[in-house]
Amino acid sequence: MAIRRGRGVAAINYPTGMNLGGDPTQALVHSTPTGNFMVTLSSVDLGQGMKQIMAQICAETIGVPTDRVVVDTADTDTGPHCMGTFASRGTHRAGNAVIQAAREARQVMLEVAAEELEVNASDLETDGQGNILVKGAPQKSISIFDVALSAHFKRGRSISGRGMFLIPRSYPEKETGAMKPSTCYAHACTVAEVEVDDETGEVTVLTVKNVFEIGRALNPKMVEQQLVGGSWMGISHALYETTEPYYPNRDHGGTDFNQYLMPGPGDLAETEIIVLERPSADGPYGAKGPGEMCANPQIPAVANAVFDAVGVRIDTLPITPERILRALKAQAAN
Amino acid sequence: MELRKNYFADVRRDDLHEIGQPRPRSDSPGHVTGKTAFFADRNFPGMLHLKMVRSPHHHARIRSIDTSEAEKHPGVVKILTAKDVPHNVYTILILIQIGPEDETVLADGKVRWKGEAVVAVLAETERAAQEAAAKVKVDYEVLPAVFDMQEALKPGAPLVNEYHGQNYYLYDSGECRKVRFGDVEAGFTGADHVLEQSYQSSPIEHAPTETTGCVVAPEGNDRFTCYTNTQAMFFTLDNTSIILQMPGSKLHFVGGTVGGGFGGKVDVIVEPIAILGAKLTGRPVCFIYSREEEMQISSPRAAEKVVIKDGVMKDGRIVARKVTGYTDAGAYSRHSPYGAQKGAGHYPGPYTIPNVWIDTYCVYTNRTPSSAMRGFGVTIGDFALEVQMDKLARLIGMDPLEFRFINAYRDGDMKAHRQPTEGAALIECMQEASRAANWPVAEKYMAMSSYVKGA
Repeated sequence: MAIRRGRGVAAINYPTGMNLGGDPTQALVHSTPTGNFMVTLSSVDLGQGMKQIMAQICAETIGVPTDRVVVDTADTDTGPHCMGTFASRGTHRAGNAVIQAAREARQVMLEVAAEELEVNASDLETDGQGNILVKGAPQKSISIFDVALSAHFKRGRSISGRGMFLIPRSYPEKETGAMKPSTCYAHACTVAEVEVDDETGEVTVLTVKNVFEIGRALNPKMVEQQLVGGSWMGISHALYETTEPYYPNRDHGGTDFNQYLMPGPGDLAETEIIVLERPSADGPYGAKGPGEMCANPQIPAVANAVFDAVGVRIDTLPITPERILRALKAQAAN
Repeated sequence: MELRKNYFADVRRDDLHEIGQPRPRSDSPGHVTGKTAFFADRNFPGMLHLKMVRSPHHHARIRSIDTSEAEKHPGVVKILTAKDVPHNVYTILILIQIGPEDETVLADGKVRWKGEAVVAVLAETERAAQEAAAKVKVDYEVLPAVFDMQEALKPGAPLVNEYHGQNYYLYDSGECRKVRFGDVEAGFTGADHVLEQSYQSSPIEHAPTETTGCVVAPEGNDRFTCYTNTQAMFFTLDNTSIILQMPGSKLHFVGGTVGGGFGGKVDVIVEPIAILGAKLTGRPVCFIYSREEEMQISSPRAAEKVVIKDGVMKDGRIVARKVTGYTDAGAYSRHSPYGAQKGAGHYPGPYTIPNVWIDTYCVYTNRTPSSAMRGFGVTIGDFALEVQMDKLARLIGMDPLEFRFINAYRDGDMKAHRQPTEGAALIECMQEASRAANWPVAEKYMAMSSYVKGA
């Protein structure tokens, strides 16, 4: 009886957005009298930080700092339609809608600035700090604060924009299955290292090294929180979780967190996250949706590592100590 | 976390002001100081609590329902049964033309899974609602149930859901979604080795911090405001409008601050019945799942069975792959026909294989309806595919990582569903993993690229 060590690898891809498309999202953007910007959506922030990302996308597109953008979301009386937050679609779909709305608002903003500065709008650029400058002559400038005041009280212009993003729905061909499931894919490769106690069947995940390619890390800190959380969830899925431990038998399902097992802080693997960015052709600033895929590669990587450690295949999830011990017993009997 | 900027630097702008910046989240201080308002923080004078009477049987005919004792229970204000729901038979994906309507808001004549909602009790307190629910008498005639997908697909199996007429979802392509590419049988014939393996998963729980629920307030002008933690505002509003036969203009949904979803909050379950309760009593109503309901009543991730048969050459090329996927929808569709179909679009994984055959089935059984969950349609498929890849590599005596490089898809490669590959990055992920995990592979694999040769 011994503690045995093994490692396993898995490589995956994952589609962004609702399968086969047909899932629209809209956004509205408008300026307040003093040049702050409101983004109005009906999208839902599940805790992943969607509001923050929409603010950064709007800010980048308009050309203001992020703290000048406020996101008002998920009120059906004010927010235009969004299909919802699922299918790794929030950032990609809503982000594109926000960009379109923000571009339209930016254009009006530049036109008002052009009138104030007596130049062509096409000769203007933003400095990202809240000012509009004449290209090549940055001493000739106006603040967005003043542009918004002018638009509201002097020139009667609404600095606002409408955005809509829709990937037309694809219908699978009946016989061949020809279809377009998605327009862009995120990628991952995970290597997991485990210890398996061949006396108790217990698995300890020592390290998990995840490489994720996500198009563009719009906010690296928030990407990190999502990817670390996903990696934990993948390990939990591989080794611990089920509402029906003896599926298809319906009995013995957990009804609280004493009975429904998940790894606690003491069970966390040493987690490494490496991010690559190959911008997607149709993503907001190249972003893809990593929300779901980040919890997938750990499951087969752990399963493969268990085999590498003790030489038995557990092809049924979750990989419980009971299943490992039964497989070891069967192996010994052969 | 490390950003490896050396990859794909030629196709990326890194000179942006706000994008790519690790700005602190504006909602974090509220979350960590307990100041953020979630739906359950809404409290209204006179608010009623809704509790469900649920089926104790996996499959049964309802002979009769007697609510007389429950109605007399102190604090009970209203009791709802199927006849009170204007459009009781529904299915959520009807909004994108994926029917048929196959599920009841409140059971009508039959229950198809243990835990199904039968009677809704509205009372002044949660305790009164709970106690009164226990006094509702339902006379059941227990019917044979089926739990195993393979058993459910056999002729003569108990019929789970009459709205489908058979124990699988009928796609326009027939009993399963199909993908056919090349000649898979010729591929097996010409292969050096053929390996067929079966993989199985169990249902799992989303385990959000905040359980599913809503608080509804009548606005006094025939409108109802519903504070909810749904993941999809208009999806829920529009389905509610259908179920209650109420114009969408009468409904106002407020949400967007949610304590975790993971796909567990895209079913439209609590809102329609709570709004109906508010309409019929004229009082605010809250309906919030207990942790037990969240774990055993709310849809889990589907159990799946995946059978993969591969033909592989000694040099590492996979020449044929046949995948048969089964998704256990439980008693009702919810999002499972969509999930099973998503699997068909995902297989054979991120590998270029010339001969592919895919069938994905959505199967009905007498268990808690499964539905959306982070990655569904793909997650279990990836478990099966990537364990299979490990087995194939060992079968031909090849390093598992090198084996994946040989088969990895690259830009321009035709996928089984007949879309050319674009924006691939699997090879680069594996190269970086090779370095990070100190898992060396031959130099020729480290020199590969996802880009099209010569482009």
